[in-house]
Amino acid sequence: MLSRRYPTSSWFEDMEKLQNEINRLFNTSQPSRSLAAPAFPAMNVWTSGEGALVTAELPGVQKDDIEISVVGQTLSIKGSRQTEELKEGYQYHRQERGYGNFSRSIELPFPVEADKVEAVFDKGLLEITLPRAEADKPRKIVVKSN
Amino acid sequence: MTTESKNLEVKKEELAPAEGTERTRETRVYIPRTDIYETENEVVLTADVPGADEKSIDITLEKDRLTISAYVEPRRPENYSLAYAEYGVGDFQRSFNISKEIDREKIQAVVKDGVLRLTLPKREAAKTQKIAVKPA
Repeated sequence: MLSRRYPTSSWFEDMEKLQNEINRLFNTSQPSRSLAAPAFPAMNVWTSGEGALVTAELPGVQKDDIEISVVGQTLSIKGSRQTEELKEGYQYHRQERGYGNFSRSIELPFPVEADKVEAVFDKGLLEITLPRAEADKPRKIVVKSN
Repeated sequence: MTTESKNLEVKKEELAPAEGTERTRETRVYIPRTDIYETENEVVLTADVPGADEKSIDITLEKDRLTISAYVEPRRPENYSLAYAEYGVGDFQRSFNISKEIDREKIQAVVKDGVLRLTLPKREAAKTQKIAVKPA
């Protein structure tokens, strides 16, 4: 830490506080708590220096019914889950699995390379890999001497 | 035919262990959402078990109790840390009582895209036993 010769504004301190908050949010191995998803599907977000990994559980959804788009820092997932059409005379005893359309957008912690986003759907699990934008990656600056 | 729509539920319901017992596996256990419908010849049960496949699902039938256990290994992507979580990952377990009219030998199970589908055929009507009452 540099010692201050002149009184400075609290701007630096505020930035530092904010930085700590962000680090706490994105760098802890265990999230402080599980948030309630505001809409279907619930998503988990993993991050590293290289990018983000977003996962969601979409059991019974067809691969072709999932639509993923990335605009700036926003990731959107759209889709629908079909229900089985019951023939006449068939009768439900229990119906707990929902169906219909779903759509959700989340804000990513950093800009991503939209054309390098990859998604895999297997066993009802969706996994989206979003590489961090090259321009946004932290850069190391070499100090030259004359 | 159903015309009503049922909302897609976000929250996973956790299964509480039976009183006085503990789990042997150190993971969470969830109750899979299940639909059950009956047709003329069979009862069909579908359950959401995302992350499970044919190798990780156990179905047992003990007397009248049909138990579905799906084991899901929580994924921890290398070099990543969990930034925020909206759902937990764990096993699924649920039991149902099966009526006498189900032919236990012919129960079939298929899993696809994280949905388990059990077909429970009813016994053939011909197999209904009739007991003749003889005069003494």
